[in-house]
This record gives sequence, structure tokens and C-alpha cells, in this order.
Amino acid sequence: MPLLAIAVLAAFTFAFRLAGPLLRDRVSVPPGAQRLLGSAAAVLLVALAATSALTQDRGFGGWARPAGVLVAAVLAVRRVPFPVVVLAAAVVTALLRLGGLH
Amino acid sequence: MWMSWRTPRGPGRELRRDVALVCLADGIVAVSFGATAVAGGLPGWLPVLMSLVVFAGGAQFAAVGVVLAGGSPVAAVAAGALLNTRLLPYGLGVADVTTGRWWTRLLGAHLTTDETVAFALRQREPAARRMAFWTCGLALFSAWNVAVLLGVLAGTAVKNTAAFGLDATFPAVLLALALPTLADMRTRAAAGTGAAAAVALTPVLPAGLPVLAALGGLAWLWRRR
Repeated sequence: MPLLAIAVLAAFTFAFRLAGPLLRDRVSVPPGAQRLLGSAAAVLLVALAATSALTQDRGFGGWARPAGVLVAAVLAVRRVPFPVVVLAAAVVTALLRLGGLH
Repeated sequence: MWMSWRTPRGPGRELRRDVALVCLADGIVAVSFGATAVAGGLPGWLPVLMSLVVFAGGAQFAAVGVVLAGGSPVAAVAAGALLNTRLLPYGLGVADVTTGRWWTRLLGAHLTTDETVAFALRQREPAARRMAFWTCGLALFSAWNVAVLLGVLAGTAVKNTAAFGLDATFPAVLLALALPTLADMRTRAAAGTGAAAAVALTPVLPAGLPVLAALGGLAWLWRRR
């Protein structure tokens, strides 16, 4: 990932952040557009989660990782604290690999 | 004191405790971000620099995830930037907090994240809002960047990060981040469809594109409207 890509992402990010305070009093984001952006972000996050859980080098990435992620997802839905969710994903995956499941 | 937002009393005990908890949670995420990036073969300075100048966990994970999957820098930037569009309405929401001199406004803008906005919006009084925003923002910025550095060091020292299941923390974090928005049924349908499409397209499309193609799942939102 080249330096330029980081710079461009940083610039986009800062522009989105600064736009709110600068445009205050002049614009308001319509609730519909706000919801759509929120949904788009969620779609992107879930798609990225699914591909990074299931695939590696454009093929199936093995069972241990999706199993760990599944456990984490169940815990997250049950409102278990965030650090526990993240650690559970790692621990379950590590234990499965230790047990020979990859 | 340069902190003109400072109220007579410092951050309250409850605020300090809640901020510390958020820093701890995000610190764990940051460690896994740094470790995942170097374990995937990226140079150590990259996640560190990115955390300083982008300072948005979801976008950092998304961009690095696309790159680690072999995607192009353009796809990586597109995924990260799209995730960060939510910062615009956030900025509108906390515009009264990041006022003052030009450099406090710029710094305040840079500290605008899910967490700092949530902390600010929990308070009613303007002074309390400012206190919550800046306390959370400065603490989180420090914790996040130190933890990313620790993750880089850990990921460099531990050669076989797969044995520790670190690769599973990445999708877990992304899912947890998306969860609040998934309460809406149509968003859930869109996300499910998009994710299935992205996985199915991964073997055939160039890396990075399947995730962006998932946005086609948004078509669900217009159905039966």
C-alpha cells in the first residue's frame, strides 16, 4: 500500500470530518441520506468481514477462522463487552488450530 | 492552560472510568490491527503512520484488509473513504464542541470518531459536552496509536500469528462495528445479500472489487418502498 494511498485516505477522512463543523448552519444532511450512508457502511463492513473470515488467496481459508468469528458474532449479538468479543475470536480459532482443525 | 474548554472541575470520575474502558477496548482492536498488518507482510511504519493520520479504526481495517487480500490501492482507499462518510453527519452533530481557535477546530475535527461523538452526545450542557469530547478524544488518540505500535512490535516478534488466531480478530471487529446498524431489517437483508455476493465473487473478481460489489445489496433498501 503506497504512501500516496494513505495520504489520499487521510485527506478524504479529514475532509469528511471538517465538513460538518464548516457547513453547520448552512446544510443539514437529510435523514434519508444519513440512513443510506449508515446502511452502506454496514453492508461494506459485513461483506469485508465475510470475505476475510472465509477466504484466503481467493479460495476457502479453512474452518478455524470462520468458527472463531461465528462465536464472536454470537457473543456480540448477546451484548458481551467488545474486548471479550475480540479475544474470543482469537482464542477459539487458536484452540481449533491447536486441536488440528485448520 | 490552553484548554479554554476546561470547566472549573476536571473530567468527572464516571467520565474518566468510561473513557478508560473505551480506550481499553479500542486498544485491543489497535493491537490486532498493527499485528495483522505486519503479519500480512506490510512494513511496520505503515499501520503506525496510518493510525496517526487516518485515525478511524473501521476505515483502517477496511483499507488494510483490501490490500492484504491483494486488492489495488484505489479499491482500498474507496472502501476506507466510504466507511468514513459517516463522519460528516457526526461533524454536524458535534459542531458546537469543536469551536474556538482555528487549530482547536482542526484538532477537534481530527478527533471526531464514533466514540468521541457518542461521549459528547450523552451530555446536555455545552461545557460537559466539550469536556467529554476532548477527554475521550485525546485519551483515545494516545491509546490507539500506542496500541498500534505495540501490535506492530508483537506482530514482528511473533512469527506465527496464525497460531494465536489473530486473523480471526479482524472479521470479528468488523462485525461488531456493523452490529448497531444491523438492527434495521432491511439493512440486515442488504448486508446479508451483499456479503454472500462478495464471497461468491471473490474467486472470479480482482481482489478488492467483491467487497465494493457488495454495495449492490443496497438495492434491498429500495424494494417495496
